[in-house]
Amino acid sequence: MNNNSLSVEEILESKRLLNRKKRLLLLFTLPLLVFIFITFISPIATMLYRSVYHPTVSQLIPLSLAELKNWDEAGDALPPSAALQQFAIELQDLSKQRLSGKLAEEVNRLKPGSSSLIKSSARKLKKTTLEELQENGDSVLLSYSKKWHNIDLWRAVKRAGQPFTDSYYLTTFDLKRNPAGEIEQRDTQIYLKLYWKSLKIAIYITLLTALLAYPLAYYLATAPSKIANRLMVLVLLPFWTSLLVRTTSWIAILQTNGVLNSSLQSLGLIDEPFELLYTQAATIIAMTHILLPFMILPLYSVMKNIDPSYLRAALSLGARPIPAFIKIYLPMTVPGVSAGALLVFIISIGYYITPAIVGGTDGQMISNIIAFHMQSSNNWELAAALGSLLLALIIALYWIYDRLVGVNNIKLG
Amino acid sequence: MKSYPKYFTFWHILAHYGLRFCSLLVLAFLMLPILVIIPLSFNVEPFFSFTEGMLALEPEAYSLKWYAEIWHDDKWLLAIKNSFIIGIFATLIATVLGTLAAIGLSNPAMPWQKLWMAILLSPMIVPLIITAAGMYFFYSQLNLAGSYLGVILAHAALGTPFVLITVNAALSGFDYSLVNASLGLGARPTMTFFKVIMPLIRPGVISGALFAFITSFDEVVVVLFLAGPEQRTIPRQMFSGLREQINPTILAVATLLIIISAMLLFTIEYLRARSERIQSGELDS
Amino acid sequence: MKRLLPVIALATACNVASADQLTAVSFGGAYGAAQQKHMLDPFMEETGHKILFENYSGGIAEIKAQVESGNILWDVIDVEVIDLERACSEGLLEVIDHDSLPPGDDGTPAAKDFSEAALANECGVGNIVWTVLYAFNNDTIKGGQPSSIADLFDTKKYPGKRALRKRPQVNLEWALIADGVPKEQVYEVLETDEGQARAFAKLATIADDIVWFDSWSQAPQLLNDGGAVMVQSANGRIFDAIQSEGKPFEMVWDAHLYDLDVWAIVKGTKKKDLAMEFIRFATGSKPLSGMPEVAYGPTRNSSYAYVDKAVIPKLPSSHLDEGLKASGDFWADYGESLGEKFNEWLLK
Repeated sequence: MNNNSLSVEEILESKRLLNRKKRLLLLFTLPLLVFIFITFISPIATMLYRSVYHPTVSQLIPLSLAELKNWDEAGDALPPSAALQQFAIELQDLSKQRLSGKLAEEVNRLKPGSSSLIKSSARKLKKTTLEELQENGDSVLLSYSKKWHNIDLWRAVKRAGQPFTDSYYLTTFDLKRNPAGEIEQRDTQIYLKLYWKSLKIAIYITLLTALLAYPLAYYLATAPSKIANRLMVLVLLPFWTSLLVRTTSWIAILQTNGVLNSSLQSLGLIDEPFELLYTQAATIIAMTHILLPFMILPLYSVMKNIDPSYLRAALSLGARPIPAFIKIYLPMTVPGVSAGALLVFIISIGYYITPAIVGGTDGQMISNIIAFHMQSSNNWELAAALGSLLLALIIALYWIYDRLVGVNNIKLG
Repeated sequence: MKSYPKYFTFWHILAHYGLRFCSLLVLAFLMLPILVIIPLSFNVEPFFSFTEGMLALEPEAYSLKWYAEIWHDDKWLLAIKNSFIIGIFATLIATVLGTLAAIGLSNPAMPWQKLWMAILLSPMIVPLIITAAGMYFFYSQLNLAGSYLGVILAHAALGTPFVLITVNAALSGFDYSLVNASLGLGARPTMTFFKVIMPLIRPGVISGALFAFITSFDEVVVVLFLAGPEQRTIPRQMFSGLREQINPTILAVATLLIIISAMLLFTIEYLRARSERIQSGELDS
Repeated sequence: MKRLLPVIALATACNVASADQLTAVSFGGAYGAAQQKHMLDPFMEETGHKILFENYSGGIAEIKAQVESGNILWDVIDVEVIDLERACSEGLLEVIDHDSLPPGDDGTPAAKDFSEAALANECGVGNIVWTVLYAFNNDTIKGGQPSSIADLFDTKKYPGKRALRKRPQVNLEWALIADGVPKEQVYEVLETDEGQARAFAKLATIADDIVWFDSWSQAPQLLNDGGAVMVQSANGRIFDAIQSEGKPFEMVWDAHLYDLDVWAIVKGTKKKDLAMEFIRFATGSKPLSGMPEVAYGPTRNSSYAYVDKAVIPKLPSSHLDEGLKASGDFWADYGESLGEKFNEWLLK
C-alpha cells in the first residue's frame, strides 16, 4: 500500500490520532508549564511591572493631585491655593494615620531635603483642626516654612504622583527629566559606569577561563582515555562543590595574612602582604576558578571529536608546532570556545554571591547594585528597572547561544 | 623514555611537555583552593590561616573543636535540618514534574517544542538576583515568603531545568514504538510508564534528581531574600558567617560539604556510565 | 500531584508548629552576645518562651519590606535612633505604651528613670547609648599615637590603611570636621552642595588608603589581621577586643558620633503582646546594666547602681563633650541622595 491510496477517512483518522497524541504530550508537559508559570514567570513579570508602575503617592494624596492636574509646573507660580489647601488637609489625615513618612520619602527621592519638611509640617498639622484647614489651609501650610514656597518642591510632589513613570529607566541610564519635562543628564553619573565595569569584569573572567581551559581541555582530549577519565574527576569535583565552599576558600587564601601572603612571605618573595581580598582582582580570581569547569567541559567535548590525525599529518609534513596549531587545530575548536565563552559570560554577568563576599567596593557587579537597592536603599522600583535591563541582556546572549549551540544540546557533567 | 614519532623535533617535545605542565598547573588551580580548606578546618586557633604549629605538624595545633561546635550550635543544626528538608521536597517536586514534561517534550510530535523548552529552561538562565527579587515580592503577597513551602516551591522551580535536560538526554535514543507496542498489547498507560519507559530513563531521572538536589542544597540568593529566620539553610548560614563573623566552624562545614559533593559526583558518574551502557544495549534492564 | 499533597501539608505544618516563638533581631557580635546573656536568656528562663535571635546590619529596608508585603518575619528589633524616626513616621513600627514600662529597681517611675532621649519617640524604648569612633592598633601604627579626627586624615604622619564603613554616614561628618568645620555646624554645612563637595574632596585626599567594609564585625578583624592600622568602629566592638581578647587596640574619642539604640516592635506582628512583654523585661534596670560589659551605656539611671565603676569612663556617656550626636533628621533627608553621590564617588 502506498500513500496515494489512503482514503479521506484514513487521512482524517490519522490526523485525529496525531492530534490526540499531541494533546497527550501536551498533557504531560502541562503540569510543569503551569508550575513554572506560577512560581517563576509571574514573579519576574510582576517585578518588571513595578519598574514602570508606582502608585504609592497617587494613593496617598489623590485629591491634591487632582487639584494639581491643571497647574502649569513649567511656569513660575505656586499651585493654586485650592491645591495647597487640599494638600494640607490630606497631609493632616496622613499624619493621623502615621503615613506621612511614606509621602515624605517618595517626595524626598525627587527633591532631597523635603523629608524633614513634610514630616515636621505633618506633626504641626496634627495639632490643628480640620475646620481651620478647610478655612485657610494654604496659608497655614505656607506659614510653617519658607521651603513650601519653593516651586521645585511642588513639581516634585506632582511628579511623584504619576502612577506610571519612565523615571526609573531614565535613572538607569543616568538621565532625568527637568522641570520642563525634557530629558537631560543627571548630576550623578553612576549606572553607565557600573554596567561598563560589570561587563569588563565578565570579559576578563571569560578570557581568563578560556586561556586556562584551553590547554587542559586539549590535554584531556588527547590523553589516553584512562588517564583522561581520572583527571576529569579533578575538573568535576570543583564543579560539584558548593559555591560558598569555594568562595570561603578564596577568603582563606587571599586575606591579608592568608595562605597566599604567608607562603609568599615565608619564601621571602615579598616583604609586605598584598591587599587582595575585597578587591576587583579577588572577584575575578574567585569567579574564574568557579566558572572554569563551564569552559573546560564544552571545549573538551568539541576537542574530543576532532580527529588528531589532522594535526599529526601537518606535523609529519614538517610544519612547526605553533603555526600548525594555529592554522589547523584552533579553527576547529572555535565552536567549543564560543559555546564555553558565552556560557561563562552569561553566568558571570549576573553573578551575585562571590562579588558580594570577596569583592569589596571595587569588585561589585550589576547584581550587587540591584541587591543594594532591594535591601539597603529601599528603591525597589530602581532595582526592578536595573533588573529588567540585565534580563534583556541575558536573553539576548541566550538567544545567540541558542543560535550557536542550541539549548537542547546543553549537557551536564 | 617514551618514543616519539620520527618527525618530532626538540620543539615538538618541548611543546608536548609544556602542555602537560600547563595542564597540571590548571588542575592544581582547580583543586588546591578546595583542598586547602580541609586542613584549615582542624586549626586550633580561630583563624583562617595556617599557624606555625600546623606547618610543623604538631598535634596540639590541630583539633576537632570546630566540628564539635557545629553540633553544639542550634543555628547550624537548624540550618542542616532545613537544607535537607527543603532540598528533598524541592527535588521530589522538580523530579516528578520535570520527568513528565521531558517525556512530552522529547517526542518529535510535540508542537512548539522549542518554545516550551526555552521557557522551561529559563530558571537556569535568569540571574538569581532577578529571580530572588521577583519571588520576594510575589511570594510575599501570597504569604509564602518566610515559609518552608515558599522556599521549597522556589527551589523546585530552579531544579526543574536540570531534570528536564538529563531525562531528555536519556530519552534521546528512546524508541517510541516500544510505547505503541506496549499500549497495543493492552497495557494501560500507567503500566506502560512504569514498566517500559521508566526502567530505560531511570539513570537520567536519578541524576536529574541529584542535580536538582544539589541546586537547592547550594542555593543561597533566593534563600537570602525569601526565607525567614526559621528557614535558614547551610549556605545561608555560611553567607552570614562570612559577612559577619568569620570563624573556622564555616571551614568545618565546608569540609563536610566537600565530602557530600564528592559522594554525589561519584554517584552521578556511576549512573552516567551505566546509562551509556544501557543505551548502547550492553546491559539488560 | 496527589502524592505531593502530604508533602505540602507537612511542609506547611512545619510553619505552624513554630508559631509560638519570638524572633528578635539585633546587631550581633559582642553586643549581641551581651544581649543574649543579659536580656534573652533570662527572659527565656523566666517565661519559658523561646526567642530566635537574628542579626542584621541596620537600616529599615528589611522592616519595610516585611510590613509592606504583610509578611512579618521579625517581631522585636533593635534599631538605631537614626532609623527609628523614619521607620516610625512611615508606619513600620507599633506604637509603644511608655506608661506600661516598669519602674526602676530603686522605685523611680519609668518616665523619670529613663533618659529623656530614650523615650522621645513613641515607637521605641531606649536601650543603650553607643558611638562610632576610630581605633588604632598599637602594634602596627607608625608615627606616634593619633588623637584626633584630623590625624585619621593625615596619611603622611600616620601612614597605613584606614578601614571605614562603606556608607556616607559618619565619614562625611568626619571629613568636614577634619577639614576645619566646627562640630556644631557640620550638618548645616553638609546640607549645601558646596559643603558636600568639600566633604568628598577631603575624603578623596585619603581615598587610596581606605579599606571599605560592610558590617561592624569586620572592623576589629581588619585591625587585628593587619588589613588596616586604623578602623572606624562601634565602640563596643573595640572595647570587647581589648577587654576579652587583650588586643593592643586604642580608642580615639575625638568627634565620635553617638546615638541611641532602642527596642521596637515591627508593625503588624502577631506576637505584639509577647514582644511588649520582652521589651518591658529587657529594658528593666538589671538587664540594661549588663550592657556596659561591652561599653554601651544603659539608658536607665537606676541601672548604674549595678555597673562596675571602673567601666564608667569607657562609656560614651562619659565622653559626650568630645562627641557629636548623629542627626536622624539630616540623614532622613539626605541619606538617599548622598548615598548615591557616595557610590558615584567610589566609582571614580
